[in-house]
Amino acid sequence: MAEVKFVEASRIYPGSDEPAVDRLNLDIGDGELLVLVGPSGSGKSTALRMLAGLEWIDSGSVHINDKDVTLSPPQDRDIAMVFQNYALYPSMTVAQNMGFALKQQGVPKQERTKQVREAARILDLEPYLDRKPKNLSGGQRQRVAMGRAIVRSPQVFLMDEPLSNLDAKLRVQTRTELADLQARLGVTTVYVTHDQVEALTMGHRVAVLNFGVLQQVDSPSILYSRPKNRFVAGFIGSPAMNLIDVDVSGDSVLQVAGLDIPLSPEVAAALKTSGPGKYSVGLRPEHMDIGTEGIAGEVAVVEELGSESFVHVSTIHQGEPLLMEVRAEGQTKIKRGDNVHVAVRGPAHLFGPDGERVGD
Amino acid sequence: MSQSTDVADFGSNRFASALLTAFTYLLGIIFFFPVAWMVLNSFKTEDEASGSPVFFFEPTLDQFRLVTSDIAGRASFSEVYTNSFFVVLLSTAIVMILAIPAAFALSVRPIAKWRDVLFFFISTKFLPVVAGILPVYIIGRELDLLNTRWSLVIMYTALNLPLAVWMLRSFFQEVPGELIEAARIDGASLRSQLTSIVLPIVAPGLAATALLCFIFAWNEFFLSLQLNTSDAQTASVWVTGFQSQRENFIARLSAASTLAVLPVVIAGWIAQKRMIRGLAMGAIK
Repeated sequence: MAEVKFVEASRIYPGSDEPAVDRLNLDIGDGELLVLVGPSGSGKSTALRMLAGLEWIDSGSVHINDKDVTLSPPQDRDIAMVFQNYALYPSMTVAQNMGFALKQQGVPKQERTKQVREAARILDLEPYLDRKPKNLSGGQRQRVAMGRAIVRSPQVFLMDEPLSNLDAKLRVQTRTELADLQARLGVTTVYVTHDQVEALTMGHRVAVLNFGVLQQVDSPSILYSRPKNRFVAGFIGSPAMNLIDVDVSGDSVLQVAGLDIPLSPEVAAALKTSGPGKYSVGLRPEHMDIGTEGIAGEVAVVEELGSESFVHVSTIHQGEPLLMEVRAEGQTKIKRGDNVHVAVRGPAHLFGPDGERVGD
Repeated sequence: MSQSTDVADFGSNRFASALLTAFTYLLGIIFFFPVAWMVLNSFKTEDEASGSPVFFFEPTLDQFRLVTSDIAGRASFSEVYTNSFFVVLLSTAIVMILAIPAAFALSVRPIAKWRDVLFFFISTKFLPVVAGILPVYIIGRELDLLNTRWSLVIMYTALNLPLAVWMLRSFFQEVPGELIEAARIDGASLRSQLTSIVLPIVAPGLAATALLCFIFAWNEFFLSLQLNTSDAQTASVWVTGFQSQRENFIARLSAASTLAVLPVVIAGWIAQKRMIRGLAMGAIK
C-alpha cells in the first residue's frame, strides 16, 4: 500500500526543446486507481515511465510513500508494470514468467510455486502454467502480464495501455475484471490510456494531460460536468461536446445561430466582469433536443446506435457553416435532409478567450 | 484494375517466378559443381582422375587410405585434425565469450560513445592480414609461440571477434526493449537480463555467429601457413602437402580436401535450420 507523489517533475528528451512532461504535480492516494489520459504525445506514458524509473527525471522529484525515489533504479521502487504488448519473456513458461521477479529476489522455490499458483488461481490461469506465451491468446497473455504484476505484491501497479491490444468485446470485459481486481487487492494503481471511455469507467480519479501539461485531475463525474478548460471539455465525453466559437460584444449576450443561450446566474455574472472577446460555448449532445423550436438547421447525418441516435445538424452561425451533434432517441424517425430545430435545455459551458472555464 | 489485367499479371508473375527458380538452380549447380567434382575424384584412381573426365567408374577408397596413413616427414591425419579442432573450437569459444557481453554493451544497454567503439572493432578488419604478418611473426617469435597452436588460437580470436560483435549486436537489437525494461522492474541484474532474457531469444543468432566463426577459422590458410610450418599444422595447410611436381596428385588431393571440408559440412548441415533462422532474424521484425 502506498501513496505516490509527483513534485514539479519534468522530462525533456535529448534533442528536444519542449518538455515531454512539464512540471507535473500529482498526489495519488493509497489504494487509488488513477488514470492518466490524453492524446498521443501528451506525456502520459512518459509520466508513468518516470514513476517506473525507466525514464530519467530532469527536474523535480517522484516519491513513493514519502520516500524520494527520483534517482532509484526500477528494481528498488517496489513497483510492478504491465506493458501494452505485455512484454512476456518468450523463452519462459507462464509459471516461470510469473515467478521471475520472485526468483530474482531469492525467494525459495517452494514459496515461489505457492505464490504463482495463488496468482494463477485469482486470474484463472492454472491450466496454462506450463505453456509458453506464444501458445496463448491475446486475452490470456494479458492475464499473465497481470499475474506477473500481482504475484510480487508490489506497492504500486503501473499499467501502460494494458487493454489496447485486445479486441473491442474482450477489452470491455477485461476492463471490468481489472477494475474489480484492483478494488479487491487495494493496491495503488496508475493506469495510462488514450481511451477516455476506459479512463472514465475505471478511474477513481482521472488526470488529463496535453502537451506534457496536466490539465485537470478530478473524479470522472466532475471532469464530465465541470471541465476546467476547452481542451478537457472537448476530450472528455463521447461523442464530444459541441464547442462553438462565439464573439461576445459589450452587452454580454451569448448567441448561437441567432438564438440566445441560457446561462446560469454565476456564469452570466462572470461573463459580465470578463468583458467582450472570443468565447467558446460548450454544449453536450445530450443537453440539446430536436423539436419545433430553437436553432433552425438541416440534418446532415444520422448515427443510429440502437439505444440512442446522434443527429448531426448543419446551420449557419456568425456567417459560417456550423455542424452540431445532438442526441435523439433510438429508432428515430429523423432522417438526412430534414429541416429541424435544436433546443438547448441543459447547462451551457463557457470558456474564455484563454480557453479557461468562465464562472463556476 | 480490371479482372483481365489481374489474370495477365498473375501469369507474368508465374513466368517470372519460374525463371527465377531456374536461375537459382543454375546458380546452385555452378556453386556445387567444383565440390561434386572434388568428391567424385577422391573416389577415383590417379589415372582416372587425371584422364578425361568420366562419371561412371569403380569407386575406390585407396586415396583416403593413402592420405590417412602415416608417412614419414609429414604430419599425420589425426594430428592435423586434432590441431584444427583444438584451434578452431577454442578460438570460437573465446570469441563468443568476449563478443556476447561486448554486443550487449553496444546494443541493449549502450555504453557512452558506442558508435566509436563499434567503428573501432570493424576498423581492425580494414588492414589486409598480409600487411600485418611481419610484426605478428616477430611478436610470435619473441613470445616463443611460433609452431604452437596458441599462436593460431590468439590470431583466430582476433580475426573473428569484430565480426562476431557486429553480428551479435544486430541480433541483440531485435530483442524488444520492453522485455529488458520488464526484467529491470522485476529486479534482474545485468547478468540475469543477459542470460535469462536476451540469450534464449537470440539463440539462433548465437548459433549462426558461432558457426561462421568456426567456418572462417577452419578454412583459414595464410596465417596457419606462416606461423606453423610443421608442429601444429592445421587441415587447410595439410591439404596442400599432397601436391606434387613429379606425379599425378588430383585424386589424393581431392581425398584430402574432402576430409578437410567434412567437419564444416557436417556442422553446417546440423546447424542449417538455426543458421538460416539466425541469418534471417534481422529481416523479420
